[in-house]
Parts: sequence; structure tokens; C-alpha cells
Amino acid sequence: MAKDIGKGETQEKYESKKMINIEINHEELTVTEGITVLEASQKIGVKIPTLCHLDLEDLQLYNKTASCRVCMVELIDKNNNSRLVPACVTKAYDGMVIRTDTIKAITARRMAVELLLSNHPNECFTCPKNLECELQALAEELNVREIRWEGERMDYPKDLSSDAIVKDSNKCIYCRRCETACNEVQTCGILSGIGRGFDSFVGPAFNIPMVESSCTYCGQCVQVCPTAALTEMFHTDKVWKAIDDPDKHVIVQTAPAIRVALGELFGMEAGTIVTGKMVTALKRMGFDGVFDTDFGADLTIMEEASELIYRLENNKTLPILTNCCPAWVKFIEHQFPELIHVPSTCKSPHIMFGTIAKTYYAEKNNIDPDNIVVVSIMPCIAKKAEAKRPELTKDERNNVDIVITTRELGAMIKEAGINFKSLPDSEFDRPLGETTGASVIFGTAGGVIEAAVRTAYEWITGDELENVEFEQLRGMDGLRKATVQIGEKELRIGIASGLGNARIILEEIREGKSEYDAIEIMACPGGCIGGGGQPYHHGNREIIRKRKDAIYEEDRNKKIRKCHENPEIIKLYKEFLGKPFGDKAHKLLHTHFEARERI
Amino acid sequence: MSKTRTNIMVCGGTGCLASDSEKVAKNLELIIKARGYEEEAKVIQTGCFGFCEQGPIVKIEPDNVFYVRVGPKDAKDIVDEHIVKGRKVERLLYKEPHHNKKIGKQEDMEFYKKQLRIALRNCGLINPEDIYEYIALGGYEALGKALTQMSRDEVVKEVKESGLRGRGGGGFPTGVKWEITKSQESEVKFIICNADEGDPGAFMDRSILEGDPHSVIEAMAIGGYAIGADKGIVYIRAEYPLAISRLKTAIKQSRELGLLGKNIFDSDFSFDIDIKFGAGAFVCGEETALINSCEGKRGEPDFKPPFPAQEGYWGHPTNVNNVETFANIPPIITKGSEWFSSIGTEKSKGTKVFALAGKINNVGLVEVPMGTTLREIIFDIGGGIQGGKKFKAVQTGGPSGGVITEEYLDTPIDYDSLLSIGSMMGSGGMIVMDETDNMVNIAKFYLEFTMDEACGKCAAGRIGTKRLYEILNKITSGKATMADLDALKQLSYMVKGSSLCGLCQTAPNPIISTMKHFWDEYLAFIKDVDHSQGEGEYDGAKNKDNLMLKA
Amino acid sequence: MKVKSLDELKKIREESLEKVNLREKGDVKGDKVEILVGMSTCGISSGARETLTEFIEEIDKSKINNIKVVPVGCIGYCHSEPTVQVNIPGQKPILYGNVKKDKVHEIFEKHLQNGEVVENMVLDIDFERA
Repeated sequence: MAKDIGKGETQEKYESKKMINIEINHEELTVTEGITVLEASQKIGVKIPTLCHLDLEDLQLYNKTASCRVCMVELIDKNNNSRLVPACVTKAYDGMVIRTDTIKAITARRMAVELLLSNHPNECFTCPKNLECELQALAEELNVREIRWEGERMDYPKDLSSDAIVKDSNKCIYCRRCETACNEVQTCGILSGIGRGFDSFVGPAFNIPMVESSCTYCGQCVQVCPTAALTEMFHTDKVWKAIDDPDKHVIVQTAPAIRVALGELFGMEAGTIVTGKMVTALKRMGFDGVFDTDFGADLTIMEEASELIYRLENNKTLPILTNCCPAWVKFIEHQFPELIHVPSTCKSPHIMFGTIAKTYYAEKNNIDPDNIVVVSIMPCIAKKAEAKRPELTKDERNNVDIVITTRELGAMIKEAGINFKSLPDSEFDRPLGETTGASVIFGTAGGVIEAAVRTAYEWITGDELENVEFEQLRGMDGLRKATVQIGEKELRIGIASGLGNARIILEEIREGKSEYDAIEIMACPGGCIGGGGQPYHHGNREIIRKRKDAIYEEDRNKKIRKCHENPEIIKLYKEFLGKPFGDKAHKLLHTHFEARERI
Repeated sequence: MSKTRTNIMVCGGTGCLASDSEKVAKNLELIIKARGYEEEAKVIQTGCFGFCEQGPIVKIEPDNVFYVRVGPKDAKDIVDEHIVKGRKVERLLYKEPHHNKKIGKQEDMEFYKKQLRIALRNCGLINPEDIYEYIALGGYEALGKALTQMSRDEVVKEVKESGLRGRGGGGFPTGVKWEITKSQESEVKFIICNADEGDPGAFMDRSILEGDPHSVIEAMAIGGYAIGADKGIVYIRAEYPLAISRLKTAIKQSRELGLLGKNIFDSDFSFDIDIKFGAGAFVCGEETALINSCEGKRGEPDFKPPFPAQEGYWGHPTNVNNVETFANIPPIITKGSEWFSSIGTEKSKGTKVFALAGKINNVGLVEVPMGTTLREIIFDIGGGIQGGKKFKAVQTGGPSGGVITEEYLDTPIDYDSLLSIGSMMGSGGMIVMDETDNMVNIAKFYLEFTMDEACGKCAAGRIGTKRLYEILNKITSGKATMADLDALKQLSYMVKGSSLCGLCQTAPNPIISTMKHFWDEYLAFIKDVDHSQGEGEYDGAKNKDNLMLKA
Repeated sequence: MKVKSLDELKKIREESLEKVNLREKGDVKGDKVEILVGMSTCGISSGARETLTEFIEEIDKSKINNIKVVPVGCIGYCHSEPTVQVNIPGQKPILYGNVKKDKVHEIFEKHLQNGEVVENMVLDIDFERA
């Protein structure tokens, strides 16, 4: 399942263990043959700036276009001739002499940034990536103090067509990271270079509006964009406006992956669990109810596990595919329209939450559902588009009204003048804030299926599950295979995160070669913790690992660790929904998909 | 194999026959036999040399000595002096009318000396849509020879020893390229013909494909055999419909005769050719960009290494050669590397086709041996400057080259000499400028071209060429200051040093060379030459590191 | 038919040699006359196609049946396109330049019918073929 790796990169990079001697800035060092000048420099504490370069093994994301030219170093040959080479892709050879610290090299690097800035809006103050921008950081790092080559700049209109991703091509520096993420990791094939020469930028084919493309809005392009050429559509003002409206009852739900990442926006260590502080902050911001999407996740498992058992017992379509992830749903609709009957029909957790809020919760608290505003805080950009899907906004009563990302929440907390780090902890409100450990792990790849297995195991066998932790379902690999013994039945489980891996699984299903009973698919590599709406990881995959570990820690901290044991969920079915997968549940909690064109 | 060392070619054309050439031949044969040299020297009656007024003509090969007005009585001297003693028979050598100097070698004679057509050998002579005409001129014999008499190594060796270098611009030794591709271990390899001709004013590749498509097909098959590729691709720009149609016809005819297809010449070697169309992007002449385009991707270059010879078309070892390069291959195989390497200069062998354009009288294609001087090309072959104006400069290498001024006109041109005088061979465009041309405008013209044709992939090329053009525009509109000249210089070296591929690495060359030779013309555009704002003089390429220092 | 060996190829060559010899050296027996018209993109854009058609019409009109018109590639004389080469057995081939449609009649009448070269349109062939 080796993926199409970037050109210039070979899998066997380190297979050759031959050691060679090279010289960098007069310092001699011994390195493995095949290592790049960039990697070799890091070994001796020489920092060479990079911009287009990305080398994320976990993600299988290798962007080695060598196109930004900000890593130029001097290569001095045997005849003492020097030339500039890009450190990111130039491989070391025995006897190589490199200088990174000459005026020639330093000037070349600075001029590359200068040139990029000469074609950049330079509106840092108001830019959504202010202080998060890698170009901005480079300008500081390379001591750029003037832009001597002023001239024409790109002038393209912003693409605001989708409710999810904003494309501001004027800020595109043409590093092609997004293109690599979109085509090679996610295999969506939406973004590619358009135009020629100075007019080049990245966009969908023929520069059609994003909304007309087959974009899944997974947001991996946004995650890797070094500037603000690709960002999420901001909806924070809508939230403030709703909170400010005295007629509205504004409630908020937070997805499981938020609590392990939000702290990063306030200088906290990645993987710090900030659930309590987050709840306090939301309460101080003025929400009328602060709830947890985990409640919706518990509900999802009630339905999904029931559906799985139903399909198993009645010999219906197998494997069943989870569908919590809206980017993944859009992916199958566009790319595999012939398979749209395969996924579970459950609504995604935050949408289920919204539905329950506007029915059960409204009824219980005697509030006109039309006055309820449900705000979802998601690690995700695709959820923004999902909330606007016509079948989920029937009769103009949205299941969920506003979706904002982790980053937007961070911005709102700052805006509200809340000193996040010093906040005390608070508890979610009840009833929709009552949750289990099984729903927390929804935030990482493999979590949904583990939660489903915990419930299905007890329902099928009737026995109590003693060890709820299924290690075989955990890990960082994008494509995993595991079996879980449930009574007589050996349940064969597949887990894919990243749409490229999803494609492999779907192709197997299409060809009738699939050997799974149940499959979990998440569009973002690593699952929601690596979502497009999360704090920027800037290529540091350690951050994703730490978030994952925190998610499992949060699970262990929970008293109740199986969805079907959530008392409020039990109450909900008893008082309102009836039986899981029953008629009312079906009407309220299930949805349908649509075969779409591939553009 | 015959041990013949010397061939005595006696013209058997109608004109010479009329002036007794048959008798000359007979006498030569008799005397050779008498001297016991029949093993070593052989008399051959050839076709007309096209020089009938000086007939009968006798040519001694491989010495390349040319005797004129040879009578039957002269046979004795030719054998005794030339064949036996190795001395030229002075009185029979051709006398050039102007200076009475006797010239022996055929290429030295004014009538012949300027042009020698190897790549263009069949153009204008055969019907390109009739394979039999190509065969009549020895076509496909090189392929037959390679497949039936030579090993793959021998073919590579022959090409390597011929000294043939890439005619598309880079000048990389073709044989070495073949050798590298051959040495790659891979089941699948490809050979690609780069027919994405794009230099402004250069059209030799089109001319070859339109006039002699089989020579390219034959050469690709030979190359395929040598490197171990059974599949060839011609990447040709879609704007060449006639070339495409003739190429298609030619491929069809070759297939019909089994010269493409399975088991060619009954050997184990099978080979076929596909045509892929380019959409007219100049950058697709760069081989990695060309391969990307062939694969259906955006036509933009990749960082090398890996070179196409290592990882090319769909990751397989791929050899890319230009049309003109290929057209040289069949004669090299049939006539041998020794013959080919006898033409040209020490490091640049054979001939080069140039497209003469600009302010020159005889606009057109010429093919001259390497080492011919620019003066000969422009004034003798090209007929000098239009309207009797004064020569100012000539740009070689298209937008990647530089201007060459009068003082360098006598440089014998080859790959290396052109580089040493600040230009390059390129694909062979040659644009002549006269005294009325403004050199800043010329530089601007080229920059506009490269700016438009830059793919946009790398920052230096994408934004750099644009800014260079903008500064030039500012200069020619009279709004620039000395500081702008400094900026132009510095940015030129930055773009040259930092760009990803050859297109933009060479794009500033027209600026650098015009600044070097025509600095005054730049200054003339600056209204107030205030030297406190800039250097006010061009300090030349040798100080380019200093330019970086001044950043 | 497939060519299976070098000898077979050489046989084809022998059979085809006649017509090409005429072009290079005028050196063939027989009475077959050829008119080569440079039909590359450059030639065609300068009117070579019209020139070629005109020659065919002249031949039809004259009812001479030993003249063949052959489209060939270009010889690079862009300054003098369209170019036309007249090959008559036993005579040196003659190359004419700037043969637009209206010049065809003169060449046909003088050179092909009366054996008289139209001197003012003749181009020197200043190259040697390898």
C-alpha cells in the first residue's frame, strides 16, 4: 500500500547505510549517504530556513517541490566553483562542501523571501494567519527590512463560495503543500496549479468555485498552508450576535478533540487536557448551555451498534462504515457514488446533538426550538459545510446553526479578554453534558469503532466487558486491520484515517474483495485530533501524538466508559426516543446520502 | 571486411563523364594495380559533386582532398604522389578565384565550405511521405547495421566516440546519456524525442520532422536498441500540424515495412513509437517538465537529480534527446564515429543547424560544421545585414543566450566558446541586430518572453522574471534611476543563481550580456545620471559575488 | 511486406535509387523529369501549395506525361520561399527561389518545355549533404 510518494523522494532513502563525510560551514561530519543537506545541517545545529518543504512521514506527506528557494546554500565543488543549491532536496555525497553562512547564500535566501513578499498583500495586521504565518516568520528570521522589487501583484477575488474554506489566491506563494495534501494524501484531486508564470496559483481545475468542486472540506490543505491562502470561513461574529440576542437560547457543544488541543492556542503544551477551563470559558462567554458533543457520540453508538447488529443478524450489507466524518461522507458521495448504501445511515454526533437539542431538550425546557441556536465547536472545517446540507436544514430548522473551529474558539476567548490559562475548571451542563469515556475517544482514529465494539460486545454476548481498552484498534498508522472476538463471532475491523487510505478500503469493497465487517473511516490523518480546524501543527507531528495520548487519558479518567451506560442517554430513549434503531430514532437520528458528480 | 584504406572517388556525373572522367578512373585503377596498392586504395565512381564546371573531379577519402580538372594523364601523379607518398598534388588543387590560394579540402572551398548538412541531409531532397525515397538514400541501413552487426554496447560506444552532444541546447554528450540510461537496471525503459521546439525564431526541428521524419524514427529505434527501450515517444507541440501528420505517415510506413514493431530485422528487438502532444509551453522543452507533461501532469520541471535517465517517464529510466540530435544518429552509425568526429572542433563535433533571423539578408536555416565563425555564418552564408546597415550584435541561444558583439565575430563557435563569450548554443536560434536596434529593448523583448513562458513553479523564476521585466520597462519608459540599474543587476544574478530549472536560470542572460556590452544604452535611458544613487558602471560578471555582497 | 534483413533493405534501396539520383546529380538515364516543391510549413505559408497546384495544372494543359511533381521538405531558404527544384536527366538540378504561383508558367515554358534555365530566379545551392 505504498502511496505515490513525491518525486525526488525514494522509499529506500535510508536503506543504504553507507556513511560519508561532508563539510558544512567548515565543520566536518559523517552522515548517512542519501541524507539531504537540510537534514545534515540540523545535526550540527545549523538552521536552514524552509517554506515549501514538508516531510511528514506519519502523514505520508512529502512536499519536495524545491520551489520556494528560501533554503539555498552554497555548494562548493572541487575546482572551488560555487553555486547555489536548495538544501531541502540536494543530497549529500562523499566529500561535499557546503556553506550556508556566506553572504551569497544569505542574500539569496533573503531575496527569495523579498520576492515572495513583493507579490503578497502584506496585510499582516488583519490577516487570519497573523502570527501563525510561516512567510511572516521567515521575513523576521531572514532579516528582511525592505522590499526592493515592488511591482504588480496578483489580484484575484477571494473564493467565498463554500461555507467552509476560503481561498485567497493573492496570498498563495505556490508552495504546493495543499496540492500534495489534496492529491497525494487525500487523493481528492481538487487543488492543482493553475495559470502560468507570475499568474500561477493553486485552485480547483479551471478555477471553478470551491463549492462546485468535489472538495470534501477536510481542511488538510488549510492545515498545511503556510500563509492565509487557504483558511476556514470565519463564523465567530455570528456566534457573538446570537449570544447578544436576548430572544435566543444559545447552547454550545464541543467535540471530543477540542479539549486536548485548545490549550495550544494559549501557549500550553500540546496534549494538555483543558476540558474544565474550556467549559468555564464558554460559560463566561455567555452561552445559555454548555454541552458536550460526546453526548451525541454516545447516542451515535446506540444507533450505530444497533445498526451493526441488525446488519449482522439479518445478513444485510457488510461491511458497515462509520459516517461520523462529513468530509469522508462527501468523499464517498463524489468518488464512490455507487457505494453510498454502504455507510451507516446515522447522522454525525454533533448533528444528532442538534436534533435532540431542538426536540427533546426544547420540549423538556419548554423553549421554542426556533429560538434555540446550536453552536458546534469542531476540530473540523467540513462540519461547517455539513451543517448546511439541505437534508439537515429541513424546513429551515437547522440541526446545528453555527459551526466554528477550535482556532475560532481560541480567537473568541482571546477577544473576550479571558485569561484562559488561569481559568478554574467547570463541569458541562446537564443533561446534554453527561458523557462517557467511549465518546471521548471519538476524537482519535479508531475511537469510534472501539466505542461501538464496547457496546456491541455487551449487547451481543450479554456479558460484561471487563477490559474496555482494545489496544489492537489503536495506533498511528493510517490503515489498520484488527479482529475482535465477540462471543462466537470474530468481528473483522478496518480503520482508515486519511482519505487516501479510505480510497484503498473503498476500492476493495467495490471489487468485492473487502474482508471487513465494520470499518471506521476518518478523513483526517490521525482522526479528528489532526482535523483541519485544529491549531496549526506547522508540520510537527509530535503534536498529533500528544493529542492522541491525551484523548485516551481522558477516557481512562471517566467513570463510565461505555456509551450505552450513559444514564442520560438511557433516560433519553426511555422518555423520548423509544428503542434504539426504532421508528422515532430512525426518523430523527438517521439521514441519507446523495450520489454526486466527480469534478 | 575490406582492408581498403583510401577511397578515390571519381565523379561519374554526366558533366564529368563528358569531360573524360571515365578514362581518369580507368587509368587510376591501372596505375594502382601496377603499384600493388589495389588492396589499399579503391577507385569508386560517384555521383555528381555538383561542381561540374571544374570537372572532372577526383576526391580522395578519408583525406578529404579535392582535385579539379583532372585529366587521364594526371592519374599517375595522383597515385604516385598522393596514394604512395601521401603528398598532395598541388597543381590539381582547386584555386579560389579571389585570392588564388589553393585549397585542398572540400569544405574549405568557397562553393562548398560554409555549409555541411548532416541533420538536414535529406530535407528538400526526398518526399517525406515516401519511405522508399528515404531508403533510397541509405535510410534504415543504420538501424539494420545496429541490429544485425552491432551489440548494444557497440552502438553506445559509436555514439559516444562520435562526440555528438545534445542539440537541444544543453550540449550534454549524447553517448554518455545513452550509456547512463543503458546502465540502469530496469525492465521498462523509454526513449523520448523532444520535439517541443520553442525558442523564438528556431524551427530546425520542425524542418527535420517535416522534411525527413524517418531519420528521427530510425534514430529513436537505434537509441531504443542501445539503451534497452522498446517504447519511444515523440513529444511534439500541437502547433506543428504538418510535422505531426508527416510523422504519423512515416511511423505508419515504417510499421508496414517492419522497421517498427516486433522483431525488427528479424532480431530480438521490438520497438514502437507513440506521439504525445504538447500545448506549446516553452518550459516543456526542459526534460523533466516534458516528462511531466507526457504523464498528463502540469508541464513544470522537477529538481534533478534524479535525472530522467534514472527516474523518468512514470519512474522508469528515460532517455530524452532532441530532434536534431536524433537526426545525426543514422549517419554516425553508417559512416562511423571517426567520420563524424573529424568534423567540428575539439570538444564539439559535427555540425549545428542555425535559424538565421532578424536583420539579416538570407533569413533561413543553415547547417555548418562546429567551429565555423559567426562572421562566416552572418556575412558569407547569411548575406550580411539588411539594407547595408551596420552589424551591431547577434543573439544566440534564444532567450537563454546573450548578445555577441562585433569583436567576437571571429570566434569559431561551439558549445564552449559560446559560453565563454557570455552566450550559449541553445537550440540554434540566431537573431541578428543592426545599428538601429536598442539593446535595452532587445533585453526587454527576451524577458517578456521568458516571463510569459516561465512555468511559475519556483519563486525566483515566477516573480523574479516578472520584476526583471518591470524594471526594464521602467528603464525604457525613462522613469528609472541609477538605483534601478543596481537592482536590475542584482536581481539578474539572483534569478540566475536561485531558479529551479534552466529556463529561468538563463533568463537573465540577455540582461547580463547587454549590460556588459551596451551599458551606455542603459545609461542613456536614465534621466539624471546621479552616481550617488548607483554605481554608474557595469562591473561585469566576474564580480558577481560582490554583487551579492552589496545586497 | 516486412524487411527482414539488411540485404532486403539494400534491395529496396537499389530499386528506389533511380529517382533520388536524379535529384542529387541529374545522373540517371531515361526521360523522367521531376519538379520538387518545398512543402514545409514555411513554404506552404509562402504559397507553395498554390505553386504546386499550378505546376500540376500546367502539366495537365501541356499534356506532357514524363513530369512528376514531388512535395519535399524545406531546404531552409526562408528568404526565398517557395522553392522549386527542377531535375532533368543528364542535367545539373536547378533550384529556383521565390516561385510564387505567377512565376510557374515562365519556368514551365522556358525550362521544362524549352530547356532554357530561368537565370534570374536561380538560387545557388550553397551546401553539401553528408
